Amino acid sequence: MTNESTPATGSPAAPSGLFTYAPAPESRAVVDIAPSYGLFVDGEFREAADGGVMPTLSPATEEKLSEVAHAGAADVDAAVRAARTAFTGWSALPGAERAKYLFRIARIVQERSRELAVLETLDNGKPIKESRDADLPLVAAHFFYYAGWADKLDHAGFGPSPRPVGVAAQVIPWNFPLLMLAWKIAPALACGNTVVLKPAETTPLSALFFADICRQAGLPRGVVNILTGDGATGAALVAHDGVDKVAFTGSTAVGKEIARTVAGTSKRLTLELGGKGANIVFDDAPLDQAVEGIVNGVFFNQGQVCCAGSRLLVQESVHDELLTALQRRLRTLRVGDPLDKNTDVGAINSAEQLARITELAESGEAEGAERWSAPCELPSRGYWFAPTLFLGVSQAHRVAREEIFGPVLSVLTFRTPEEAVAKANNTPYGLSAGVWTEKGSRILAVAERLRAGVVWANTFNKFDPTSPFGGYRESGFGREGGRHGLEAYLEH
Amino acid sequence: MSTDRVNVLKTYKLYVGGKFPRSESGRVYEVTDSKGNWLANAPRSSRKDARDAVVAARKAFPGWSGATAYNRGQVLYRVAEMLEGRREQFAAEVAAAEGLSRAKAAAQVDAAIDRWVWYAGWSDKVAQIAGGANPVAGPYFNLSTPEPTGVVAVLAPAGSSLLGLVSVVAPVIVTGNTAVVVADEAAPLPALSLAEVLATSDVPGGVVNVLAGSAAELGAPLAAHQDVNAVDLAATASDTGLATELEVAAADNLKRVLRPAPAGDWTADPGTGRMLAFLETKTVWHPTGGLGAAGSSY
Repeated sequence: MTNESTPATGSPAAPSGLFTYAPAPESRAVVDIAPSYGLFVDGEFREAADGGVMPTLSPATEEKLSEVAHAGAADVDAAVRAARTAFTGWSALPGAERAKYLFRIARIVQERSRELAVLETLDNGKPIKESRDADLPLVAAHFFYYAGWADKLDHAGFGPSPRPVGVAAQVIPWNFPLLMLAWKIAPALACGNTVVLKPAETTPLSALFFADICRQAGLPRGVVNILTGDGATGAALVAHDGVDKVAFTGSTAVGKEIARTVAGTSKRLTLELGGKGANIVFDDAPLDQAVEGIVNGVFFNQGQVCCAGSRLLVQESVHDELLTALQRRLRTLRVGDPLDKNTDVGAINSAEQLARITELAESGEAEGAERWSAPCELPSRGYWFAPTLFLGVSQAHRVAREEIFGPVLSVLTFRTPEEAVAKANNTPYGLSAGVWTEKGSRILAVAERLRAGVVWANTFNKFDPTSPFGGYRESGFGREGGRHGLEAYLEH
Repeated sequence: MSTDRVNVLKTYKLYVGGKFPRSESGRVYEVTDSKGNWLANAPRSSRKDARDAVVAARKAFPGWSGATAYNRGQVLYRVAEMLEGRREQFAAEVAAAEGLSRAKAAAQVDAAIDRWVWYAGWSDKVAQIAGGANPVAGPYFNLSTPEPTGVVAVLAPAGSSLLGLVSVVAPVIVTGNTAVVVADEAAPLPALSLAEVLATSDVPGGVVNVLAGSAAELGAPLAAHQDVNAVDLAATASDTGLATELEVAAADNLKRVLRPAPAGDWTADPGTGRMLAFLETKTVWHPTGGLGAAGSSY
């Protein structure tokens, strides 16, 4: 153990018996975080009407990064009015002109991606490797993709001259703060809508930096409004009478509440909610590749991914061989300082989320599943949870049924393809699934019978702006990405 | 002394799982024509009938959704063929139900037959307009395909007892969904007779289940049912209170909800909206790998 340079967060812990890495921290100097931020309404930053503020912490150190305004009902009203006023001009702008603003945003995101990646890692706790190589490139790509749609909507299959819906209320989660912003704002603006977006309570900063990108891009005032706040802010936003369209990504419980709120109104609704994805490994699968896919499937972003492959379904005949390889691989995962470029697994986003993961993991033990973690030293401050397996899990266990949203994998077995499909579909969710086999026809046959919106064959957790993403059943409705992603933001 | 023959009247029954049961509740209600003359006693379905119909629809779903699109298209076309042979009967029933002249009722029946034909043709085309390959930035073949949502509860619209009914049922089933249909309470007879057509058109039992009764009474258990995937609230066009109540109940398992539209002209071009409302998009990622011995990354 030589890498103890920053005891506060801990560098990636090198498990005993493995070679160690020198710390390779990314510099924080590229990002300048102000001591406080206001709400971004009608093109200007302003304090909350009632002066409310709330802190935002680094989950890796519990250090206070900044203080942001806490928007209340009056601020929601002001933001929706600003968006409504801006809608007239923005929706009347030729698509080719709207496109150029979005292309500008895509380019500025690329230019500032190092800064934004560090910021995202500080506020969210995710490894810099992921914010740098996954989040930020996908953010820029998403704006670039939808920019190109803005002047081609007549050809998108929603009628000859589809119209924008109006003012979109968008509420996003903390697991991919800037990427979820991009998924919401890019298609909305391309279609001619204006937006009021509320970032998650624990990860407000990248959305506020995005407000600055809107300023640099010269985006007309009021087209994008950012309200920081908590669940009450979000509830007030989706309930506001001036909103025409609600888009939410987050938990299934909140999604149901929002569906009840908009019931009986003319508001359009799309929901991208929880999941309990099955990752199915057949006995002919390339096991080394499958191990990498399983690790990526459930430990990417600390498992705080709605489409995580959190249930491993492995064919009985290769269970022991696969688990041995998987456990060997988990011993090499480096957990610690998210800013260290060697880190594989960063911090859990909040104390609240850590408590939820801890409680569900304890239920797994209490219900009789066997808990296993690789030896790993966790930093003394911040919110941490070691990558964990549960072996011998039955379908009745809570760790097999409930979304954990953390680095916890439940391992179940099957004998026949029919049993694998039945177990994979035995959930109220239906967001993602994985299939690992060398046999092409089996991939297609299994994928066809899985009730899930995204199926990865011999891969996992791949995303692309051209590729529609969204759930079946209680994982929500509507699709984000691709041509399909336009539908939510067009009247037709 | 008259020698006029005494008509054989029809006992109108429900259509559930391919069979024609009475309501388990034993209830019936009087159905009259637009002038108030008695037409028949229709079964008044209960919550239990609704639940039985959901079970039948769920049981039929794997087979119907797994059938080839060509097969489903032929079955829907067969419905049109069977209906064509019974135009006179349906024209009489629609005329009585809606107070139309025979000519106008016949036009409704013809439009309903043509609508079956129109939707039949969609079975093997909708995937080509709603799905497709996505050009992702990586070595993957990425394909999006529409799939049926599952069991759909359809509260049929008021005021168009056959054409309106067909216009909401055909788009649900052509893509592979199965349906529990609540007929217009005031004019259920064409719907109950349509069930006889479905039963003789190779539509597998349980794919369409037809209930008669109150949309409010049956809508509540269907909207709250945990094994129903979607609900079409067409019947609630003039009752926003009921529409809201059912949409709230539907949120409990996040059913897809098609909200009622203001009463419109059912003869207009229906467009693809009613089909697309009950489809899910599945996207599958396949690595394309490489041809060389170097193999592929996962």
